[in-house]
Amino acid sequence: MDLNLSADERSFRNEFRTWLEANVPRDWPEWREKPLEESFDYLRAWQRKLYEGGWAAVSWPREYGGRSATLMQQAIFWEEMARLEAPPMANALGLGLIGPTIIAYGTEAQKKRFVPKILSAEEIWCQGFSEPNAGSDLASLQTEARLDGGHYVVNGQKVWTSYGWIGDWCELVVRTDPNVPKHKGLTVLLLNMKSPGVEVRPLRQMTGESEFNELFFRDVRVPVDNVLGQVNDGWNVAISTLMHERGSYGARLHLLFKRNINRLIELSRTFKHNGCPAAQNPLVRQKLAQCYAEIEIMRLNQLRAFSRITATGIPGPEGSIQKLFWSELNQRVQQVAQELLGPYGQLAKGDLLAVDNGIWSYGYLRTRGNTIEAGTSEVQRNIIGHFVLGLPRSY
Amino acid sequence: MQFGLSDSQLLLKDNARKFFASECPMASVRRLMETGTAYDAALWSKMAEQGYLGIIFPEEYDGAGLGKVDLIVLMEEAGRALLPGPFFSTVALAGAVLSEAATPEQKKRYLAPLCRGEARATVAFLETGASWNPADVRVASANGRLSGEKLFVTDAAAADFLLVVAREGVYVVQTKAAGVSIELMNGLDLTRPQYAVRLSGTPAEQLGNSEGLARGLQVGAAALAAELVGGMQRTLEMTVEYAKTRKQFGKPIGIFQAVQHQCADMYLETESARSAAYYAAWALEENSPDAEAAVSIAKLYASDAGRTVGNRGIQVHGGMGFTWENDVHLYYRRAKASETMLGDATFHRERLARLVIDAHGALAKSA
Repeated sequence: MDLNLSADERSFRNEFRTWLEANVPRDWPEWREKPLEESFDYLRAWQRKLYEGGWAAVSWPREYGGRSATLMQQAIFWEEMARLEAPPMANALGLGLIGPTIIAYGTEAQKKRFVPKILSAEEIWCQGFSEPNAGSDLASLQTEARLDGGHYVVNGQKVWTSYGWIGDWCELVVRTDPNVPKHKGLTVLLLNMKSPGVEVRPLRQMTGESEFNELFFRDVRVPVDNVLGQVNDGWNVAISTLMHERGSYGARLHLLFKRNINRLIELSRTFKHNGCPAAQNPLVRQKLAQCYAEIEIMRLNQLRAFSRITATGIPGPEGSIQKLFWSELNQRVQQVAQELLGPYGQLAKGDLLAVDNGIWSYGYLRTRGNTIEAGTSEVQRNIIGHFVLGLPRSY
Repeated sequence: MQFGLSDSQLLLKDNARKFFASECPMASVRRLMETGTAYDAALWSKMAEQGYLGIIFPEEYDGAGLGKVDLIVLMEEAGRALLPGPFFSTVALAGAVLSEAATPEQKKRYLAPLCRGEARATVAFLETGASWNPADVRVASANGRLSGEKLFVTDAAAADFLLVVAREGVYVVQTKAAGVSIELMNGLDLTRPQYAVRLSGTPAEQLGNSEGLARGLQVGAAALAAELVGGMQRTLEMTVEYAKTRKQFGKPIGIFQAVQHQCADMYLETESARSAAYYAAWALEENSPDAEAAVSIAKLYASDAGRTVGNRGIQVHGGMGFTWENDVHLYYRRAKASETMLGDATFHRERLARLVIDAHGALAKSA
């Protein structure tokens, strides 16, 4: 056990830190709270800059424009990004989930066609997985694709699609064979969002914003060359994407959580409870300390998981464990924020008295979604029960 | 960066698991917990032969010279085996405090016999106020003699000497010395009994560097957190095994999500407590600036998780979990006693708050 950085890790960090200090935009705080629609070109330009420096997708293999970074180096990358408060990248799903899936399952032609433009943010990707009647039971999805000559003809509906409004391409899971068990008749298509018959509608969520979209497909034609992986093997391709979704995200989130708890501690020193700084209230101290401890444990769990995956070479159910831990922790932290801020906690962006421009009001509502998106807590517990503990499948 | 056990630590863990399984199976645990002291001299000398009793202490005092992470690995296995007797008290409490607070000459006289298995010891800290804050200690020294009452002293009846925390510092008191009375307290944990110790003009020898006490107790708290992790691990294993075999409605109960999710939470809590305990040990070993915070995080999390894992384990065992015959309650009793020992979760959250919230706190970086 050695938690000091190795020589390689130190030189990776120093190289990126030097690059970042020279290149990170300094005006991000002015853009941070704007709607994504307004800041998207800004984020696209920032990703372009990272791409030109060779830093857009450090985890990807070198031959595809990445740096073949180890998990620890990836953690260092995100730590440095957070340390300098760098903006996120525009093509988040393309870089984090879909690019790696294309690299794993794509033909040479597909890799050549799609991967470079994911990196450069020339083409933005979205993910067409969930449907109104296929949430946790993703494999029961009904969007169908019928073969018609050299094309698949797609009809159906997807929901909870992030980046649908700006997406150029979509990783779409469809049913190509309705006559076999549900996991065995699925196929992944790479769909051009500009194709005739694709309709994108905003989906307004409980926070009031529309991060997500609904997608409707009516006789949309997709060339057979755009099948990713094998026909009717779409379940494995989709699972590979979901593993990425559950795996790497926690490492990045830790840094956000750390910023939140540090800010809450800062607020507790000035925010008054019954005339005294909240930081002197024993109950507030207990709750802040508990959050601080759990956020630290989230980091430690992540590091242990990285070391285990690095040692065994096999990513296991670690992603489910992390996802369950961070999503429920985030709700606890936001609850503590509400208790600290009292009635001010509800004030949203735009109110003159809102604390931190309403991020705590927003965060409280937004974290309700954390235990639902990317696999509900119930599904994560099922995965741990079955795949980690070996309990019989319940469904 | 590598956050996992080294090959030699994995070997130590594996050997310890086999050693405890063969030398101290549950039948022995149940036999020893009826003896009053839970101490077994034959088992003790075998542990000495394994080098367990001097694991973290320097070779010049007949120790094995290993690190804090090795101690944590061993404590985890001891906890998994529900090892009865004064191992934790002697090594992780008294040994750790001697190592930090005694002079080299005192270490030769007191620490070395512990390492060789020739003596056993413990630390006497709490008093009637039951406070782990050193400022609340009332027992005082007068002309080199101590008087007063210490409570919740683990394994005192098996100990040859006590390290008594007094207002002036830490003192060695022989349990056979004049004016010492040791009386069993009727606690939950039958495998690690606690005692009331009364001193009346008892001769005592002060340790040379009493400031080392805090650091010694931090090693003890990290070790206790690891021991709790071992108990949680065993409780989880027993519970999952039971959920796979026990049938109701014609099915193993583990097929029901209400049961599966209890087990999943037990797993999450156990793994999280383990991450925190390992890190605390590493931070202590490296003298990391956040070592004190890391110890508090490990102990506060393990204190709460030890209890909740036990609660869930008993619940999943159903009626069986409520019987004396089933072992789950023995682990639960240990977890409940360890929950408050060296400070409960509330105590350690406050300690952490002083480090990270208060403006003068060492880690209050956002101040």
